Amino acid sequence: MKRRRFDLAAVPGKAAREVDDRLQVNTPLRSLLNKVFPDHWSFLLGEIALFSFVVLLLTGVYLTLFFEPSLREVTYDGSYRPLQGTHMSAAYASTLDISFDVRGGLVMRQMHHWAALLFMASIIVHMMRIFFTGAFRKPRELNWMIGYLLFWVGFLAGFTGYSIPDDGLSGTGLRIASGIILSIPVIGTWAATAAFAGEFPGEIIISRFFILHVLLIPALLVGLISAHLGLVFKQKHTQWPGPGRTNSNVVGERMFPRYALKQGGFFMIVFGVIALLGGLVQINPIWLFGPYEAGVVSAASQPDWYVMFLDGSTRLMPPWQINIPIGDGYVIPPLFWPTVVLPGLMTMIPLFYPFIEARLNRDRAIHNLLQRPRDVPGRTALGAMAVSFWLVLTLSGANDVIADKFFISLNAMTWAGRIGLIVVPPIAYYVTYRICLGLQQHDREVLAHGVETGIIRRLPSGQFVEVHQPLGRTDDHGHGELEYVGWVVPKKMNRLGALGPAIRGFFYPIEKPAEAPVSPGHPPVEPRPEREEIGSGERR
Amino acid sequence: MSTRTDGHAVSTSDAIDVNDPEVSRFDIVREGARRDDIEIVHYEAQFPVPGTKAERRITRVIAAMFLLVGLFATAFVVAYIWWPWQYKPGTGAGKLYTPILGLTLGLALLLVGFGILAWGKKLLPKEVSIQDRHIEPASDEERKITGNTLVYMADELGVRRRPLLGVSLLAGLAPVGAVAAAPLIGGLIEQPHKNNQYFTTGWKPIDGKLIHLTHHDGTPVRPEDVSPGGQITVFPGIEGGATNKHADSPVLLIHLREDDATEAKAANDRDGKQNFMWGNYIAYSKICTHAGCPASLYEQQTNRLLCPCHQSQFLITDNARPIFGPASRRLPQLPLTVEEGFFVAQSDFTETVGPDFWERP
Repeated sequence: MKRRRFDLAAVPGKAAREVDDRLQVNTPLRSLLNKVFPDHWSFLLGEIALFSFVVLLLTGVYLTLFFEPSLREVTYDGSYRPLQGTHMSAAYASTLDISFDVRGGLVMRQMHHWAALLFMASIIVHMMRIFFTGAFRKPRELNWMIGYLLFWVGFLAGFTGYSIPDDGLSGTGLRIASGIILSIPVIGTWAATAAFAGEFPGEIIISRFFILHVLLIPALLVGLISAHLGLVFKQKHTQWPGPGRTNSNVVGERMFPRYALKQGGFFMIVFGVIALLGGLVQINPIWLFGPYEAGVVSAASQPDWYVMFLDGSTRLMPPWQINIPIGDGYVIPPLFWPTVVLPGLMTMIPLFYPFIEARLNRDRAIHNLLQRPRDVPGRTALGAMAVSFWLVLTLSGANDVIADKFFISLNAMTWAGRIGLIVVPPIAYYVTYRICLGLQQHDREVLAHGVETGIIRRLPSGQFVEVHQPLGRTDDHGHGELEYVGWVVPKKMNRLGALGPAIRGFFYPIEKPAEAPVSPGHPPVEPRPEREEIGSGERR
Repeated sequence: MSTRTDGHAVSTSDAIDVNDPEVSRFDIVREGARRDDIEIVHYEAQFPVPGTKAERRITRVIAAMFLLVGLFATAFVVAYIWWPWQYKPGTGAGKLYTPILGLTLGLALLLVGFGILAWGKKLLPKEVSIQDRHIEPASDEERKITGNTLVYMADELGVRRRPLLGVSLLAGLAPVGAVAAAPLIGGLIEQPHKNNQYFTTGWKPIDGKLIHLTHHDGTPVRPEDVSPGGQITVFPGIEGGATNKHADSPVLLIHLREDDATEAKAANDRDGKQNFMWGNYIAYSKICTHAGCPASLYEQQTNRLLCPCHQSQFLITDNARPIFGPASRRLPQLPLTVEEGFFVAQSDFTETVGPDFWERP
């Protein structure tokens, strides 16, 4: 039999054909490669959360190899000399070992903690961008709810995570948690006894928190994140209004190769920043806090920042105890309201906000275009109100540190928080509302009268007027005929291409236009002869 | 529609014959996109003329970044292996171990990121594509068909015709649900008031024998251990009394100055707590009645105890009454006395220690 020639160049094609014969992935693969993504910097906020979650999984798995989740009492004999000979739990001792006796363990631990902080921070900022741009509206209500639950599940992941080292600070946090559970009316003692298998601290809570932290909560997070991304993929991204963009299309780049490259690069940058933080910026130095002892605490005991709003609400709560004089008498402690009721409200109301807003506006349409916050002043102001409420609580969570550093009376800080919590949000609402209206008005003004050129002309009568550059055709009265379309109105001459950008790039001004071609969003900038005369006052 | 495709002469969005040897690969890509309802309206090479100075410069920069990645990654491994890493007190090269690891790893990862980003943003062609969202909902007819398919499943099962099946299935499944709940409830739920644990502490006398006040190391406390105006934390003198097994038991023993002691004693008498103090010594539970932190910051001049967690403040000279902050209940007082020169507790606390709960009388 004649030997056939082996054609190396045909191998990939043949292999691909064989694969496709079996799996029939050809068309789905192509449409995946071709899927169009819109681009805007604010769309990357959620990705930071996703990427830090990946880092959390990687570093977290490493940490489990060394951590011993047990309250068994041991005598520390590791290399951190100040604590040698101290009695402590195995959990705390193994965390010290990760920090001092595992080569590179400390950098992993700190990266894990920093990634957790970044995860929560990016979730919050991402949530704010979704809220303020109206990206939660139909058809994306479900994804808003999933994202909101992700915040709370992440919150639990963080709390269980920083509790399990059993150091002085986290033990105090755990004790407060037990106090919070105890404060629930009727079932408080039952729930606390069940959680701790007896009275606080019991002997098993660290193992329970550990399995929650490394298995159940991450599994829940992975499930919710998958659903979140799956829905984004299915429903496609929202996009800003703009040239060629409608409610029924997506304008952007195909996923491969450029968009995917940018995502990959961005992931590495997030990873790199976490590594830098983990190596260079100390976080949660548990060896300074010592093992947890019920009778020991230091001033400035703060939880991680995303829990601080609860600490703040607890501090601000007046001592209003409700006594129920039946039988021996029953009590609803003041701790119940700021730590159980308030988070409950904070969970339920925002969770259903998309439906509430749609109901109020009688809005049943499908929205794929984003709104600029200024165009929806009511919602923006409401958001500012919520954010300021949260900020007052978070700052109050650190009111002892603020009082100490700024030489303010501690009680005055508490009172400022109590009053601020009631007064600041309405002010934030009002101010935001007015700012939104002002910005709206300015957009309309520029559309009607044109951009300020900075050129002052003296009329024959002696009167001075500023010359405005209309953005488009004008009517008989010199008013622009362009309609507002929900997108940025250019307000400076260099936005119109009449002037070169004052500063291009971050570090050095470039006067000459770049030799690279530019994209349609940024029209080519050619210095014009008359440019010297115009002068924007901003040139360097 | 205007297209600038730089060398790709495609001016129509009509279907093309992909088998035509004349068509370029980009035309085929564009045809694939068209079949996915995507229109590539703008596709513009960043460097239409290959090999310009600018292009070569950017290529060099990106290549340099990738080479630096290798350098930093190698530095990480080298430092990981050879840099002294074990903890030593004081200063030394070992203190730099973690920063060096973070710096080299961080820079390596950052440069991978910047290299990839620059590649994507500076070298790849810029494009604007438009994809149809297909937001039109399925037609009513389609919905009706799917709905009927779903409902027909119920018909096929025939639950309505054979109700016994449905009822018996429910009756059978309900206990299965109970099976799932039973281990959870049976295993986790405990009677909270076993041994009266929320109302007793380590200070409860054992077999009529009063409990000594001890230091952290277990040695009993004598009155002269605390100077006037001073305070110490004491623990019940029982097995493991200073450990977290008795997390409700830490007590703050304060030696009041004469005037304050008189005031505190008067307050005690008013409240029916005669003889709770011994001399000028007074003892309060250290566990805050608010959330359970140790209320341990003692302000000597004002006789206040401050809880650092939520800033509740208690006035020592008035039965540790809460005077500021979220706490609503005073700190329980431990009745003191002295036996053979050592402090003992006359009895357990007469009030409930620690955070409040529903059934506290």
